[in-house]
Amino acid sequence: MSIDVLTPVLTDNWDQDRSWTLAAYEEQGGYAAMKTALGTAPDDIITAVKDSGLRGRGGAGFPTGMKWGFIPQDNPKPKYLVVNADESEPGTCKDIPLMMASPHTLVEGVIISSYAIRANHAFIYIRGEVLHVVRRVQRAVQEAYLAGHLGKNINGSGYDLDVVVHAGAGAYICGEETALLEGLEGRRGQPRLRPPFPAVAGLYASPTVINNVESIASVPSIIRNGAGWFSSMGTEKSKGYGIFSLSGHVTRPGQYEAPLGITLRQLIDLAGGMREGHELKFWTPGGSSTPLLTPEHLDVPLDFEGVGAAGSMLGTRALQLFDETTCVVRAVLRWTEFYKHESCGKCTPCREGTWWLVQTLARLEKGQGSEDDLDLLLDQCENILGRSFCALGDGATSPISSSIKYFRDEYLAHLTTGGCPFDPAASTTFATTGASA
Amino acid sequence: MTTTPEKTALVNVTIDGVQVSVPPNTLVIRAAEQIGVQVPRFCDHPLLAPVGACRQCLVDIPDAGNGKPIPKPQASCTLPVAEGMVVETQVTSKVADKAQQGVMEFLLINHPLDCPVCDKGGECPLQNQAMSNGRGETRFEGVKRTFPKPINLSPQVLLDRERCIVCQRCTRFTDEIAGDPFIEMVERGAQQQVGIAPDAPFLSYFSGNTIQICPVGALTSAEYRFRSRPFDLVSTAGVAEHDACGAAIRVDHRRGKVMRRLAGNDPEVNEEWISDKDRFAFHYARQDDRITHPMIREDGELRPASWPEAFAVAARGLHAAGPSAVLTGGRVTAEDAYAYAKFARVSLGTNDIDFRARPHSAEEADFLASFVALNADVSYADLEAAPVVVLAGLEPEDEAATIFLRLRKASKRGTQVVALAPYSTRGLGKMNGRLVPTVPGEEAAALGSLKDAEFGVTKDAVILVGERLAQSHGALTAALELARTTGARLAWVPRRAGDRGAVEAGCLPTLLPGGRPVADASARIDAATSWGLESVPEKTGRDGDAIVAALVKGDLSGLVIGGVDPDDTSDPAATRAAIEAAGFVVSLEQRLTEVAALADVVLPVAPVDEKAGTFVTWEGRPRPFEGVFTKPGSLPDLRLLAGIADELAVLGQGSPLGFRTVAEVRAEMAAMGPWDGERPELVLGKEPKRPRAKAGAHALASWKLLLDRGSMQDGDANLAATARPAVARINQAAYDALFGLHDGPASVVLTGDRGSVTLPVEVADLPDAVVWVPANSFGRGVLADLASPGGSVTVKGAK
Repeated sequence: MSIDVLTPVLTDNWDQDRSWTLAAYEEQGGYAAMKTALGTAPDDIITAVKDSGLRGRGGAGFPTGMKWGFIPQDNPKPKYLVVNADESEPGTCKDIPLMMASPHTLVEGVIISSYAIRANHAFIYIRGEVLHVVRRVQRAVQEAYLAGHLGKNINGSGYDLDVVVHAGAGAYICGEETALLEGLEGRRGQPRLRPPFPAVAGLYASPTVINNVESIASVPSIIRNGAGWFSSMGTEKSKGYGIFSLSGHVTRPGQYEAPLGITLRQLIDLAGGMREGHELKFWTPGGSSTPLLTPEHLDVPLDFEGVGAAGSMLGTRALQLFDETTCVVRAVLRWTEFYKHESCGKCTPCREGTWWLVQTLARLEKGQGSEDDLDLLLDQCENILGRSFCALGDGATSPISSSIKYFRDEYLAHLTTGGCPFDPAASTTFATTGASA
Repeated sequence: MTTTPEKTALVNVTIDGVQVSVPPNTLVIRAAEQIGVQVPRFCDHPLLAPVGACRQCLVDIPDAGNGKPIPKPQASCTLPVAEGMVVETQVTSKVADKAQQGVMEFLLINHPLDCPVCDKGGECPLQNQAMSNGRGETRFEGVKRTFPKPINLSPQVLLDRERCIVCQRCTRFTDEIAGDPFIEMVERGAQQQVGIAPDAPFLSYFSGNTIQICPVGALTSAEYRFRSRPFDLVSTAGVAEHDACGAAIRVDHRRGKVMRRLAGNDPEVNEEWISDKDRFAFHYARQDDRITHPMIREDGELRPASWPEAFAVAARGLHAAGPSAVLTGGRVTAEDAYAYAKFARVSLGTNDIDFRARPHSAEEADFLASFVALNADVSYADLEAAPVVVLAGLEPEDEAATIFLRLRKASKRGTQVVALAPYSTRGLGKMNGRLVPTVPGEEAAALGSLKDAEFGVTKDAVILVGERLAQSHGALTAALELARTTGARLAWVPRRAGDRGAVEAGCLPTLLPGGRPVADASARIDAATSWGLESVPEKTGRDGDAIVAALVKGDLSGLVIGGVDPDDTSDPAATRAAIEAAGFVVSLEQRLTEVAALADVVLPVAPVDEKAGTFVTWEGRPRPFEGVFTKPGSLPDLRLLAGIADELAVLGQGSPLGFRTVAEVRAEMAAMGPWDGERPELVLGKEPKRPRAKAGAHALASWKLLLDRGSMQDGDANLAATARPAVARINQAAYDALFGLHDGPASVVLTGDRGSVTLPVEVADLPDAVVWVPANSFGRGVLADLASPGGSVTVKGAK
């Protein structure tokens, strides 16, 4: 597999010296797209983003331009752009490196996007635990202000924009857009009832666009190179490129930026294969909330439709790869513990369901219980999926139901051996024959 | 929110195969109720905004009205109907039924299932719906989440976090309805719980409502906890007796004893909410000093007597005493008030009767006679519809809690509350109200200023005047003038439950029953004819203060007194002196009060739960209620007055009253009917003499807090512990002048013409030279211990 398949755009400048500085970014042509945009009619920018086929990179894949078009421009209230940088999904690790390596890509995207939706205030809500990233983005915003890219009358264009970098307080749920808005307003991070949708009444009950970091960061390239350039990449309904984050039992974990529709087989090749002497057992296409897939899905095109057809979701393209040393029950239990810990508590199925799932899984992992417990687990999942208030509850069921679907025998093996048949040390990266990273 | 049925086009939906037409925006869960399907629910409450948290009410939507199904079951408490929508509830849909059973199972895994010892057991929505929409056996074999239990949210409200299903009804109530968000959800996941800030307990006047709407036994009151089981209780509808709002209540009792009181559901009056005073203050009638039998004074001591003896002794004493008067308090029902009014005229031959056991004025009596009696211009619904509501001499949160909740609801929908008050109270803040800072005594001028267009007092506005306005000369006249010039509607809001009924029943020196003016000959003839008499007394009677003065002076000798606390009157010392000076005193009382202890004949009267009666709300709305208990020796005032009247008639004084029961009085009142003749004019009399203010003195502003030292709150220590502390309030400049840069809690010594009192002091946005104190939260109250009505006080710092 040739490295030519990669399409570094967002990651293109990451190897540059001090790539996160304004000087380095501008040296590579940064902020040129902003200047172009500020001389264009806002509606033309929305049209360009619509034409590019850019779909939300936060997981759901909603067309970005269409989302912007929902903002009622006749609403007298202020409009807001909110960037969702609360990247907390297990396995997902694209926005944080992006903001570390090239925060100005995001800032430039924020300026263009805000201008397009006619917002004079934008917020970047960053996961609170990653203080280094918060600082880096804060510094980038400060540099942008000092350079006249932010503030009043940006570069003489007459357009005003203020950007606030907000640190979250450590809640996975705040990656859910309405919970994020609650948190941003200073309230408890719990999802809001919809309707009204944020486009109509979001932040401070005003029209609000909420986009993922990668979506916003992709906008400057669309302005710079044109919608046609962007849509020339990718597949029929999943246009453009995206960052694929490979982690786990792979030789060279990391960020691989490629057109949507690439396959895991290609990506593993690019990453130097699975760790030596081992083979792929299961993987997540887009974070722990997306149902597991197996080696039989190695050739599934990694776009929204392809992964959907395979019974999972593209999600955040967080490809966690697990080899045959990994106990799937154990991995699923860990994820489930995460969801239990992060359930906000608002709705019953997620709050109580995750509490119960952990206990049932933990018993199975210790080899206790019976085969009936697998049906009980599936029934619990059925009672959570689609019954909870937001998608957190749905996501909690994905690893369980998909793992039972593909690895039912392994669950049963725990029962017959009276415990986990795997050596937990064998799956670690410090195992004698392990992956480097 | 409650959807008021509108006349607009209805929306047609099909629920479980049954077609139903409902107003637009009706929630599916309510539409289902229309066809008799109860979808199980916990977080849903018709008076709270939808939240969709508990997920118990999931239903299947095979057609959202656009021909397409909604793929996932939907929470019917958040989903509005759409034309052509097809809904399948648990009745017809296996998916919906399974979804509901699943949620119910989840709710129960961390619930302690301690129903056998839980107060809610037997009336618990969780218990009931677990039976109707849950599985019989649990599949959960794990470990439940536990918490130490219970913990106090306030001295009255306790929280058992294990039982809580975090439906957020309580926190939503305090935030949306009461405006007291002292409780909030804290922590997350299964650890999510209701919490308070460390330094801010749940001190809301409306906290008890959260207990009532809690769908499990998580919230209980210290008052009722572990006292009884719902299935042992008998429920009787009642009317709250603590203010003039007429809130519907439900009295739950067992073996002749009231165990608890709950809010009744009356959309036109209190919706489903009552104040904590209405809920918890009912022990006053069961105190040790409750009088259980008549007593007469013999050789200086009170001794038990039979009813016939007591009636005879009372009659002989009054007959011998000669000129006699009647004073009643605010606790009387309309029927009892009518009996007092008729007794004064028929048996005592006088118009010397006054129900106003509080500072009052001739202007007020005129105002009541000319404007208030028979008036029913304003209702609760009008408060909600009015663009502007003016409050003068009225602090609704303390003095009329149901009005407060209605105004708060109205203010959230755009009604502007304008308050003439000395400072911005917390209640005014919660109504998002506008303050017109008013120095006590200057209400008339302030009311006059509201004619200015900027206040928006138009014909759609409502003006509410409190009874305290009687203490401000010209204010009631000014209010009437404001109403006349702007076309706004006006209503008088007294503080106590019996006051408005007493006006209608003629417990005033100028007014006969049914609003008949004493001064009007045809009205007197009308009354006399109705009572089968030649005539009724024509001389205008003395008001309360004049009765007191005449007793002291000796112009009056006999006194029939019921429900009066001297400390409430404009001159407590004078009232006490008058009772002592009186030649003969008959006291009709529930408890052996100070007045009863001084009386010559003491007749025990039934408290509200032992008799039928009617309270008339500030709107003029009659609120009849039946007795909770029938106790042979417990008689209403009217029966005792009839007994005395009979004996007086035997002595040749007056004639029998012609009734012995509440039903007979009601029939007589109905037969007599309202006055349909001319109403007297309001005449603004001379300004009464006020003690001259000393130089540098502060004008005294005061009213009674909802929870204070009132005797009808006796016996509930937990409720008393939630009262607001007694503090004096002055403005920042006055505070700085007294304390300079002193930091930390400070106290002031207030000195008026009746005494001195030391209170902690707080700063508020009062006008200069005005001090506010609660009227009955310290000692014997403001009038006994500090200053005369309308008086002034000096303020000194105390360390």
